[in-house]
Amino acid sequence: MKHTPVYGLMAEFANPTDIVEAARRTHEAGYRKIDAYSPFPIEELAEAIGFHNDGVALITLVGGLIGMCAGYSLQYWIHAINYPINVGGRPLNSWPAFIVVTFEMTILFAGLSAVFGMLALNGLPMPYHPVFNVPRFVFATKDRFFLIIFSSDVKYDPVETRRFLESFSPRSISEVPS
Amino acid sequence: MDQQIPTKERRKAPVIAPGHTFGTITDQISSIVLTRPVSNGWLVGFGVSALVTMMLLYAVGYLFLRGVGIWGVNIPIGWGFAIVNFVWWIGIGHAGTLISAILLLLRQPWRNSINRFAEAMTLFAVSCAGLFPILHLGRPWLAYWLFPYPNSMNYWPQFRSPLVWDVFAVSTYFTISLVFWFIGLIPDLATLRDRAESRWAAMIYGILAMGWRGSARHWKRYDKAYLLLAGLATPLVLSVHTVVSFDFAVAIVPGWHTTIFPPYFVAGAIYSGFAMVLMLAIPIRKIYGLEDFITLRHLDNSAKVMLATGLIVAYGYAIEAFMGWYSGNHFDAFLLSNRLHGPYRFTYYALLFCNIVFPQLLWIRKWRIKPLRLFLVSGVVLVGMWLERFVIVVVSLHRDFLASSWGMYYPTKWDWMTYIGTIGFFLAAFFLFVRILPMISIFEMRTLLPEAEVKEAE
Repeated sequence: MKHTPVYGLMAEFANPTDIVEAARRTHEAGYRKIDAYSPFPIEELAEAIGFHNDGVALITLVGGLIGMCAGYSLQYWIHAINYPINVGGRPLNSWPAFIVVTFEMTILFAGLSAVFGMLALNGLPMPYHPVFNVPRFVFATKDRFFLIIFSSDVKYDPVETRRFLESFSPRSISEVPS
Repeated sequence: MDQQIPTKERRKAPVIAPGHTFGTITDQISSIVLTRPVSNGWLVGFGVSALVTMMLLYAVGYLFLRGVGIWGVNIPIGWGFAIVNFVWWIGIGHAGTLISAILLLLRQPWRNSINRFAEAMTLFAVSCAGLFPILHLGRPWLAYWLFPYPNSMNYWPQFRSPLVWDVFAVSTYFTISLVFWFIGLIPDLATLRDRAESRWAAMIYGILAMGWRGSARHWKRYDKAYLLLAGLATPLVLSVHTVVSFDFAVAIVPGWHTTIFPPYFVAGAIYSGFAMVLMLAIPIRKIYGLEDFITLRHLDNSAKVMLATGLIVAYGYAIEAFMGWYSGNHFDAFLLSNRLHGPYRFTYYALLFCNIVFPQLLWIRKWRIKPLRLFLVSGVVLVGMWLERFVIVVVSLHRDFLASSWGMYYPTKWDWMTYIGTIGFFLAAFFLFVRILPMISIFEMRTLLPEAEVKEAE
C-alpha cells in the first residue's frame, strides 16, 4: 500500500480555552511529539504540551557575563597594559571610570544573546515548514488555534489518532502532508 | 467580574473599545498597511517631510565641505545647537523605551496599543540624535575613531571620558531598541504575511517574519526573551540619559557640575518623550480611525505621566536655583543671575513658562482627555524641553569664570536647517512606518480581549 508521507494530524479550535484543554488531554493520553499554535502567547499552552525549560534565561545570563568581562578587560588592557598614561601618579586601573562602559557592554551582550538565542532555539529563520501546507493554517496568525500530533510520535496511528482528536470536537481536522 | 470593579474604575475609559474580537483587531490594524489606499494627505505629508529631509542633506553636505565654521559655534560656546538637539532628540526617544519596557514590567496593559509606534519613535529619534555629535566632530568622516578597534596608530579612545561613555551608551541603546522593536514585530509580520493579497507583499513580510508560526514552544521562549529584554532595557534607558548628563556634570562649568543632573535629565527625557508620543498619537488615532485602540484612557494616562515627570523637572530647576544661592559659590550665584538677567533671559523665562507653568493645566481632567488641548500642551512642552537644553548648553557656556572669555552664540541658518531637517527626517520615517508596518502591536492587542483568557475547566 502506498501512502503520501504524512507529517501529522492537525485539529483547529476557535478559542484558547478549548485548545489548552485539548492539548492537556493529548499530553495526558501519552502523546509526546505534539505542538500547538496560537495567534498570541498563552502561558498555559506551553505547559499543557509539556514544555517547561526554555533555556533563554541561561543564554542571556551567559551572554551578559561575557559582555561584562569583555567590556572591563578591554578597558583594562587598553589603559593599564597596551597604552598606559601616567597622569600625576593616578592609578592606571581606574575602575570607577570603567563601570559605565562595562555596564553598557553587559546590557548589549545580554540583550543580543536573548534575541539571537531565542531565535536559534526556535530554529528561526525557517521559511518552509510542513504546517504551512494546511490551507486553514493562515488563521493561526489571526484568530484560530491549532493542535498537531506529529506522525513521528510512537503512539501515532492514522485512524486512532484522528478519532482521538475528533473527541475534542474541533472546528476541523486536517492531515499535514510532509 | 463586572460588579467587582469599583465605580471609580468604571468611569475610566476602557483600554480597548468593547465589541472587538481577535478577527476584528487583526483586520482593522493590518488593513491600514495592506489594503488602505494611499491618501492625498499622506502623500502631501510625506512629500513635505521628504523635502525637509533633503534640506538636512543639503546642510550636512555643506558642513562636510566647509566644516563646523558654518555653524554659530565659537569659543567659548563650543557646544551649540548640535548638542542641544542631540540631548533633545535622545530625550524624546526615552518615552518609547519607557512605554515598551518599564510599563511592561509594571504590568500596565494599556501600553499594548501605543508601544509599537512609541518604539518606532525611539528609533527615529535616536537616529536623529546620533547624527549631531558626529556632525559636531569637525571631521565627521573619522567618527569610527570613537570605537576601540586595532589600528596602526596604536590609538585608543579615552575610556575615562564621559564622551566615550556616551558613544557606548547611545549605540547600545540604539541596538537594543532596534532588536526589541523587531522582536515585537515578528508575530505581526507573520500576520501580515498570511493576510497579504499581493504576492510581493507576502514574500517580503514572509522573509521578515522568518517563518514564524506561533508554536507554543516558540511563544514561551519568545515571551521569556521579550521579558528579559524589557528587564535589560529598563536600566539601559535610565543609564543613557544619565550618561548624557555626565557629559555635562563631570565638567566643572558652573550650571553643569551638579549631582541633580542624572535624575533630572531622565525625568526631563520622559517628559519630552511623552509629549512627542502624544503629538504623534493624537493625529494618528484620528486619521486612521484607531480611537477604539488608542482610547481616551491612553491620552489621560500619558498626560498624567507628563504631569508627574514635569513636576520632577520643576524640582530640578528649583534645586538648581536654590543651590546657586545656598552653595555660596560666587560662580554658581552668578549663573543664576545670568539666567534671570543676562542676555538670554528670555529663553529662561520661556522655559519656565513652557515646562512648569503651562503644563499645570493637566491637573484639569478636560485638558487631559480633550485631544486638541492635550496636543497643544504637548507642543508647548516640546518647545520648553528644547529651551531647557539651550539654557543648559549655551547659557552656561557663554559666561564662565573669566569675563574676558565671555561670548555670545547666534545660530546661523545652517544650524536651523540641520535642526529642522532632522524633524523632517523623523516625520518622513514615521510616515513610511505607518504605511509599511503595523503601528499597533496586533498580537499584544489580542491578549487584551477577555476571550484571550483561558478559563479553568469545570
